[in-house]
Amino acid sequence: MSALLSVKGLTAGYGGVPIIEGVNLDVAEHEISVIIGPNGAGKSTLLKTIFALTARSEGEITFAGKEISGLKTAQLVPLGISMVPQSRNVFPTLTVDENLDVGTYAAPPKDKEKVRENVLSLFPDLKGKLGQAAGELSGGQRQMVAMGRALMSEPKLLLLDEPTAGLSPAYLEIIFDLLLDVRKRGVTILMVEQNAKQALRIADNGHVLVSGKNFISGTGEALLNDDAVRRSFLGGAAA
Amino acid sequence: MIDFINLYLVPGLTIGSVYALGAVGISMIFGILRFAHFAHGDLMTIGGYGVLTAVWFIPIHPLLLLPFGIALAIVSALAVDQFFYKPLRRLPTIYTVIASFGVALIFRSLAQLFWSSGNQVFTSGVRMPVVLFDTFRISELHMQVIVLTLIIAIALHFFLTRSKLGRAMRAVSDEPELAAVAGLDTERVIRWTWVIGASMAATAGVFAGMDTSMHPNLGWNLLLAMFAAAVLGGIGKPMGAIAGGLIIGIAEETATFTWLSDEPLISPSYKSAVAFFIMVALLLFRPQGLFKGRLL
Repeated sequence: MSALLSVKGLTAGYGGVPIIEGVNLDVAEHEISVIIGPNGAGKSTLLKTIFALTARSEGEITFAGKEISGLKTAQLVPLGISMVPQSRNVFPTLTVDENLDVGTYAAPPKDKEKVRENVLSLFPDLKGKLGQAAGELSGGQRQMVAMGRALMSEPKLLLLDEPTAGLSPAYLEIIFDLLLDVRKRGVTILMVEQNAKQALRIADNGHVLVSGKNFISGTGEALLNDDAVRRSFLGGAAA
Repeated sequence: MIDFINLYLVPGLTIGSVYALGAVGISMIFGILRFAHFAHGDLMTIGGYGVLTAVWFIPIHPLLLLPFGIALAIVSALAVDQFFYKPLRRLPTIYTVIASFGVALIFRSLAQLFWSSGNQVFTSGVRMPVVLFDTFRISELHMQVIVLTLIIAIALHFFLTRSKLGRAMRAVSDEPELAAVAGLDTERVIRWTWVIGASMAATAGVFAGMDTSMHPNLGWNLLLAMFAAAVLGGIGKPMGAIAGGLIIGIAEETATFTWLSDEPLISPSYKSAVAFFIMVALLLFRPQGLFKGRLL
């Protein structure tokens, strides 16, 4: 299958200090791809650089066969990329419905009502809370609002930065199940995740990043069974 | 009681409307650009002079010439944003706050240069109050100010909650980084914040100038009360700023009423201290304001 997103030799960082160096990554269409690695490995920076939130110094990024390296975030959204940041990912004083609506502004869908219905069918919990301020919701519900907002622009690729950070184990399962549902609807997912073991179980492919460089890539299953990966990143226990 | 309404409550609502319209801009600019805009009072002055000049050439009712003042204030606000505030956008906001002090001085000096430092009136002659139900004696201007402010407040509410641009403004005010992630054009939101803030400031400037007279310090003298109104309503909450303005206006005027004896409760010359007192008390005891705004 051809790669929907292809990253080649990507170097980026802050204030001239590179956080990621020469990173390569391919994400095929309709797959769930997960980036794992120790703290400070540059996982979030990689995601932010793809979405033009962090300045790239070298390398190229192509999306759906089109070079997107020089584009701004506001230009990437209409092309079909959305992102859910790790923290502060909802507009707290806006209602749930308004949060979803803001998701359509950069790339207005043809039939907004239909997209809204589709998104709400993924997150039935939100249906009764549409008029409530997003800041009043629980962490898990906020994550749903954030994902819903990102899906309102009908993205082909959804970037998620640690979608389960700070959530209870029960919500962790719910969010991972939701990601499988999102993928079923034709959305490709690239996410950074701390809960590496669970994430690799639902992932088609995984990429391990260490000190800003590619360490190993493979299918989720292969990485779960890889001795080096298990020892270093999965707590050593059998998968 | 009738005296209280005619001489204290209605004038309080009138000056409160002026504060409210000015405070909306201060509150929105603080919410979206994250700095206290000290030139906002002088932006009111510029708007007021815009209409005063239009009256010289087109001698009709000044309120019908509001678009001239609004246009002048919008152009002035967009120009100072482009040349003074935008280059400082990425620095700590204190730089922009200080720059706005400079801009305030520039506006005031330009007003003195072009329109002289004296008092000027929009229309001369004695204006008789309108008598309603044989009891209420209310000036025509005060009624116009209160009704227009009410209409503007309702329109602003619908704009912020129903329109795409209004929601985008609230989104940027809430979480600017997330707004960028969602692909919103932050600079466009900032431009519209100036357009709306300047329009309301110009309207407030004309109201204030018509109620008394135009002079270069008109807006600057009202700045403290407008900041108090913005803090009272909750910073970054435009509807709160409207409520805050009306409350401060009424509090200032009614504080001079003969509540306890035949003497005014406080001397009218101290009434601007009421706004200051309310602001200090709020910052101490409820810094988020009435409408749960941002903490300063």
